Amino acid sequence: MIPRKPLVTGDKTYADITRDICEPVESPISKGWLALFGASGVWFLFYLGIIGVIVFFGTGMMGITHPIGWGTMIVTFVFWIGIGHAGTLISAILFLFRQKWRTGIARSAEAMTIFAVMTAGLFPALHTGRPWLDLWLFPYPNQRGPLWVNFRSPLLWDVFAVSTYFTISLVFWYLGMVPDLATLRDRAKNKVSKLAYGALSLGWRGSNRHWSHYETAYLILAGLSTPLVLSVHSIVSFDFAISLLPGWHTTIFPPYFVAGAIFSGFAMVVTLMILVRIAYPKIRDYVTVDHLEVMNKIIMTTGLMVGYAYGSEFFIAWYSGNIYEKYAFVNRAFGPYWWSYWIMVSCNVLIPQLFWFKSVRRGIVPMFIISIFVNIGMWFERFVITVTSLHRDFLPASWGMFYFTWVDIGLIFGSFGMFFTFFMIFIRFLPMVAIAEVKPVMNVGKPGKGGHH
Amino acid sequence: MAHTPLKFGGLAGIWSDEHQLLKAAEAVRKAGFTRFEAITPFPVHGMDQAMGLKPSWIPWVTFIFGLAGCSLALLFQWYVAAYDWPLNIGGKPFFSLPAFIPVTFELTILFGGLSTVAALFVVCRLPAVNPPIIDTRLTDDRFAIFIAETDKNYDLEKIDQLFRQLGAEEIKKVAEF
Repeated sequence: MIPRKPLVTGDKTYADITRDICEPVESPISKGWLALFGASGVWFLFYLGIIGVIVFFGTGMMGITHPIGWGTMIVTFVFWIGIGHAGTLISAILFLFRQKWRTGIARSAEAMTIFAVMTAGLFPALHTGRPWLDLWLFPYPNQRGPLWVNFRSPLLWDVFAVSTYFTISLVFWYLGMVPDLATLRDRAKNKVSKLAYGALSLGWRGSNRHWSHYETAYLILAGLSTPLVLSVHSIVSFDFAISLLPGWHTTIFPPYFVAGAIFSGFAMVVTLMILVRIAYPKIRDYVTVDHLEVMNKIIMTTGLMVGYAYGSEFFIAWYSGNIYEKYAFVNRAFGPYWWSYWIMVSCNVLIPQLFWFKSVRRGIVPMFIISIFVNIGMWFERFVITVTSLHRDFLPASWGMFYFTWVDIGLIFGSFGMFFTFFMIFIRFLPMVAIAEVKPVMNVGKPGKGGHH
Repeated sequence: MAHTPLKFGGLAGIWSDEHQLLKAAEAVRKAGFTRFEAITPFPVHGMDQAMGLKPSWIPWVTFIFGLAGCSLALLFQWYVAAYDWPLNIGGKPFFSLPAFIPVTFELTILFGGLSTVAALFVVCRLPAVNPPIIDTRLTDDRFAIFIAETDKNYDLEKIDQLFRQLGAEEIKKVAEF
């Protein structure tokens, strides 16, 4: 039998774990954090400026025009929603599969989900053009008839899917954090933090009758989040697949989108975890190279699944005998947007194959570089799907090209500022590793220490 | 919901090992105590059996509210699309069931999930304002068993002796639980 690798390295006691994880929250604000927070804050302000331009002058500031009515906003929306999926996969699906290695990374991956969905949610809301009327997206009794929303439209399904996803993810994340917030409350030295963490911890005391209900509730939320996360990206893919456009109208979209979402999300988790490990060396005992290696294996596997989907799309385009379908795919790879297609294939299918080598899978520098490439590739995947399908449809008279404006570039770039600002606040003020979840598994893989389960 | 203080005190023993705590909880139950509680920094597996607790009833709440979310969503979509203002959209039937499944599914999850958390809050009396804390290390690396003075077998000396036998490293008189 292959011996299990320890999930927590170093000879830790319970008190060590509490201290290590609470330290970044309890120590005085460091200059390094302040500098990074300041930088991402300015980045975020720049983004708010770009959003201001779009709200004030209208969506025409972006490159969208006839025939490409869906551009940067939809591409970047799908990109960020996809990123979020890895967090739920780690926190819910791996929980159901009893994968104990998830404990080290679950909290920050879930935080990533929340912030990624927040970042994503802004795009469709702004893309409506008149965001002050976004209330109309919800079916509420109104004086226009009442004129209800169209429940047959996938765009409306998206409203329900994304808002439910955000709500349930937030509740799940917060519920998981309550016992750790109670730890922070009990360790708080000054009045302000005692009050703040006292309120946030909701008065949790760790009594076993509570734990018993808590664990049941947590299990149920994991069970509900699992089909939810799969449904969200399926419904996002319906935005495309329900239409009749060649290149969009395919049944492979839901599983293909979900695999791609997990692929890109894990790449983002790897990127973030490497940065966190550099900034907080003590976290390296909880997020070990073994954790990163497992994630890299998932990236490689899902990368192959995505590659299979690319191949399958081409096969079906040829096998269907439909000239429009065939043209759409040949145009993708060899038309005016050939560069975006080949960036996508190289970043998503070819580059992750380097993870077959153990030294790459376990090397911090190579995996960091690959994770960035995967993120770039997945943005281009959504660009390829959205733009190349729209720019040449049935009638050559309505063919056109998409040109980025400075507002498009600012949106893509700025959205990372929003995400990083929230993430910086998270790692400073909340426990970034689930203390109460790591403690029970700290002896796994350590012979002679009663590493049961 | 405000915290209603349960005005009773008792005696708490503190351990530093969860396996000892499990044995202690078992022993306390077998000694005939019914009003006692274990307080731990993380869920200790096997504690429910050691304390003789029944499985949580929260799944029933999830089931009922999930079912409610599902039927309300379906009913509402029928009302909107087929009853209140039927509109012919793409020649589809007014009540187009397949197209109504995604929203029905999402609302099932939403109702089920939120009701689960609400049920947890009710059963644990959360949020509790300023709950009495026996020892601040109980959210860190110590484990406690608390026996309430309202227990019919409550006897300070006997409990003290029992806790000592079971290897408690500290015994504390608690004024309010």
